[in-house]
Amino acid sequence: MKTEQQEVIKEKSMLIQKDMLSNLFKELSNTHQTGKKVVYTFVPGNLTELILAFDMLPVYPEINALQSGMRKKSASYIREAEKIGFSEDVCTYVKCDIGMMLNGNVGPTGEKLPPPDLLLLSYTGCFTFMKWFENLARLYPGVPVAMLHTPYQEDGCITQDQIDYMVKQLKEEVIPKMEMVSGKKFDMERLSKMMINSAESEDLLVKILETAKNKPSPIDAYFAGVYYIGPMFTAFRGTDEAVGYYTELNNEIQERLSLGLGPITPEGELKEEKFRLVVEGPPNWTNFREFWKIFYDMGAVIVASSYTKVGGVYDLGFRHDYREPLESLSKYCMGCYTNMNLPQRVNLLADYVKDYRADGFLINSIKSCNSFSAGQLMIMREIEQKMEVPVGFIESDLVDPRYFSYSNIKNRLESFFQMLEQRKVIMAHEN
Amino acid sequence: MNNLSDILDFCKDLAFDLHFKKAKKWKSSYEDRILVGYFPIYFPREIIHAVNGMPVGIMGTGDRKQIIKGDAYYQSYICHLPRGVIEMALDDNLNDFDGFIFPSICDCIRNLSGMFKLAEKGKFQRYFDYPQNFDKATGGLFYRNEMEKIIDDMYKINKIKLTPENLNNSIKLYNTNRRLIEEIYNIRQEFPWRLSAVDTYHVIRAGLSMPVEEHNLIIEEVISHISEDIGEQMDNIRVVISGSFCEQPPVGLIKSIEMAGCYIVDDDFMLGSRWIQGDVRDDTADPLGELVNSYLTQSPISSAVYDVDNPKGKRLVDLAQRRNADGIIFSAASFCDPALLDRPELQKECDNSGIAYITFQYHENTGQFKMIKEQAGTFSDSIKLWV
Ligand code: SF4
Ligand code: SF4
Repeated sequence: MKTEQQEVIKEKSMLIQKDMLSNLFKELSNTHQTGKKVVYTFVPGNLTELILAFDMLPVYPEINALQSGMRKKSASYIREAEKIGFSEDVCTYVKCDIGMMLNGNVGPTGEKLPPPDLLLLSYTGCFTFMKWFENLARLYPGVPVAMLHTPYQEDGCITQDQIDYMVKQLKEEVIPKMEMVSGKKFDMERLSKMMINSAESEDLLVKILETAKNKPSPIDAYFAGVYYIGPMFTAFRGTDEAVGYYTELNNEIQERLSLGLGPITPEGELKEEKFRLVVEGPPNWTNFREFWKIFYDMGAVIVASSYTKVGGVYDLGFRHDYREPLESLSKYCMGCYTNMNLPQRVNLLADYVKDYRADGFLINSIKSCNSFSAGQLMIMREIEQKMEVPVGFIESDLVDPRYFSYSNIKNRLESFFQMLEQRKVIMAHEN
Repeated sequence: MNNLSDILDFCKDLAFDLHFKKAKKWKSSYEDRILVGYFPIYFPREIIHAVNGMPVGIMGTGDRKQIIKGDAYYQSYICHLPRGVIEMALDDNLNDFDGFIFPSICDCIRNLSGMFKLAEKGKFQRYFDYPQNFDKATGGLFYRNEMEKIIDDMYKINKIKLTPENLNNSIKLYNTNRRLIEEIYNIRQEFPWRLSAVDTYHVIRAGLSMPVEEHNLIIEEVISHISEDIGEQMDNIRVVISGSFCEQPPVGLIKSIEMAGCYIVDDDFMLGSRWIQGDVRDDTADPLGELVNSYLTQSPISSAVYDVDNPKGKRLVDLAQRRNADGIIFSAASFCDPALLDRPELQKECDNSGIAYITFQYHENTGQFKMIKEQAGTFSDSIKLWV
C-alpha cells in the first residue's frame, strides 16, 4: 500500500543521533584499519559500559534486524535463513540476522559490518538468545563466546544469591574473555566512571518518558520511544555523548511540554490528542511508518509501552551505580522487562494505565516472539479486570512482512477506537 | 509375574490419565504426602520423593482432551502444550496438586509459570532456572539454591525435613529407574521388535504418575518379558528420533513411523526420565551436591542446555552411531523454538557424517498421519535401497 509521505520533521536531537549512529557504523567499518575489537551482543541485559571500558565496539544483531526490516531487506534475509533449514515458525530476528550474515553482513548504513571478535551472550529475558548465539558460534568458528546467564525474576524480586551468581560470572567468564580479546586489563575505575554518565542519562530518559503523564503528551512513548528516544541508550550509555544527546532531547521535550504541544510523528505534529494508550509488545518494523500513521490518523498517542523497557525499566528506580559497578550491571540485567515475571508485568502495565491516565490498553502480539507473546492474552484479561479500561489485540511480526496485514490491523484498531470513543461518551454522561 | 499385555494395558491407561487418579489416590491415603507437578523436560525428582512427595510429570493433553478454554489463552502461533495445560488447570484435572514446577526450557513454559501464579494454582508455582554456567562453584551453587527454594516450598506444606539418608535413598531408587529404562533401550537396540515404540512409550510415561518403587517393579517385569525371544522381526530400518522432548507427538504418530518401516531405537520423548547419564552417587553425606554434580556433568543432549563447549550435533551423531541407527528423524512440535532453532545445526552435522535424515513438525493433537507415514515409508525404502 502506498501512502503519501511528507518530509519528516527533524529536531536537533535527531540530527545529533544521526551523527552518533553514523559515526559508530563508520568506526565499525574501519575496524580492519583501527584494530578495534567488535562485540556482538543483545539489547536486553546489555553490558555496554563494560564493552566500552575495554575500548571495544558493540554490535546489536536485534538492531540490525529491525533496521533491515525498516529498509525492506528482511524478507529476503529471512528466506535465506529458511533455505538453510530454519523453520518458518521461529523468531524472525534470528533468521533476519543470519540471513544478513549469509548475504555479506552489510549493515543498515550500507557498510559491511565486521565479524565479531567476541560473542557476548547476555542471556537475559529470552530463551531464544541462547539458541541464536549457539548458531552464531558455529557460523563464526573460533570466535570466543562469553555466556552470562541472567536468572529470571521468578519470585518477582532480585535476590542476593542471584546477584552473587552474576557477579561471579562477570569476574570469571565475561571479563577474562574481554581481557583476552581486547588485550587490555580490566579497569574497574573506568567502568565506575562510565556509570556516573549512565545514571545521568537514565535520569534524563525517565524524565523524558514521564512527560507523557501530561495531557497532551509531548511524546509518543512507543513509536518515538523505540525510534529515537530509546535506541541511543543501548549503544552509547555511559558516554559523554549519550548525556549530551539526552540533555538536548530533554530540553526539546520540556519545551514542547511547556508550549502544550503534542508529539512529533513522521506525518507531522499530532495536533489533537484524542486517545491515550498503553501498549504491550514490540512494534512491527517492516511497515513501521504505515503502522504509526494509523494511530496518528486516529489521534492516538501511546503514553507508555513495555517494549521501551526491554533495555531497562528505569522508571522503577534502578540506576547504574558507580559505587558497585559489577553488582549494578547484574541488577540491571535482571531488571529488564522480559526478565520480569507475569504478575510483575501485569502490575507494571496496570500502573502505567493509571499513572499515565490511559484510555485503553493495546497488545501488539508478535507471531515469532514467545518471550512477549506467550501469556499476553492472560495479561490482557488481567488488565481489563483490574483497570476496567477497553483492551485491544492486534497481531503482526517484527521483521517478517508476510505477517503484517494492513487491512486486518486497521479494521481491528478501528473497532478498538470505536470502543474507546463510546466509553468516553458514557463517562462524560456519567460525570 | 503378570502377563505382558496386561502390564502394557495398565501402563497405557496410566500414561494418559489426565486426571492423575493414581497419584491423587496415593496422596490421599496418608497425611503429609504431597503431589508436585513438573513440566518438561527434566526435574531432579529425588528431592520431592525424599520429603514424602510424588513428582508427577505433566506432559500436556496430547490428543486426549478437547481444548476449549485454552485456545482463548494462546495465540495460534504458540505451540500446543501450554494451552492443554491451561485447559487442565481451569478444569479440575490439576486439583489436589500442592505445587507446580516449570523447568527452564523456553519462554512459553517460563510465562506459563507466571500464568499459574496469576491464577494461584497450587500452593507454590516455581519457574526452575537451570544454570547455563557449568562451573561447580558458580553454576553449581546457583543450581543448589534453586533446589533449596523448592525444598523450602515443600517443607512449608508438610513440615518434612530433607535428610541426607532420605535423599540418598531416593537417589538410589531413581538410579534404578534410569538404569531399568536404559536396559529397555539396550534390549530394543538389538531386538526392537520385542517391544514396540508405542508400548515402550506407554511404559515410561506411566512412570510419571506413579510411585517410583512401583514403576521399577513394572519395568523389571517388562524386561523379563522382553529378554525372551518374543515378537517377529520385520525388515525395518532403525532410526533415532530427535526434537520431541517437550510437547509430545501423538501416539498415532509414533505408531505411524514404526508401521512405515522404521524401528525407533532411541528418542527424546521422555527425556526427563532419562536425563542423568549414568548413576548419581547415593552414598555421600551431601546428596544434594551429588544431584548438582550430576546435572553439571551428566546431562544428555538437550536444546535446554547451552552447548557451545560441547556441541549437540556431534553428540547426536555419536548417539545414532552407538545405537547403530540408519537415520535420524527430526520431529519437533510446531512453533517450538528450542527444537527448531537447533535443527539446522543438527542437520549439518548429519550431512557431515553421512547420516540420512528427514524432518517434520506436529502438534500434540495432530490427527492425520498419512503424510508422515508416507514420508517415513519413503525414507525407510530409500535407506534399504542404498544400505
Ligand atoms: S524471541 Fe522475541 S525477545 Fe527473543 S530474540 Fe526473538 S524477538 Fe527478541
Ligand atoms: S513445545 Fe517447545 S516451545 Fe512449546 S513449551 Fe515445549 S519447549 Fe516450549
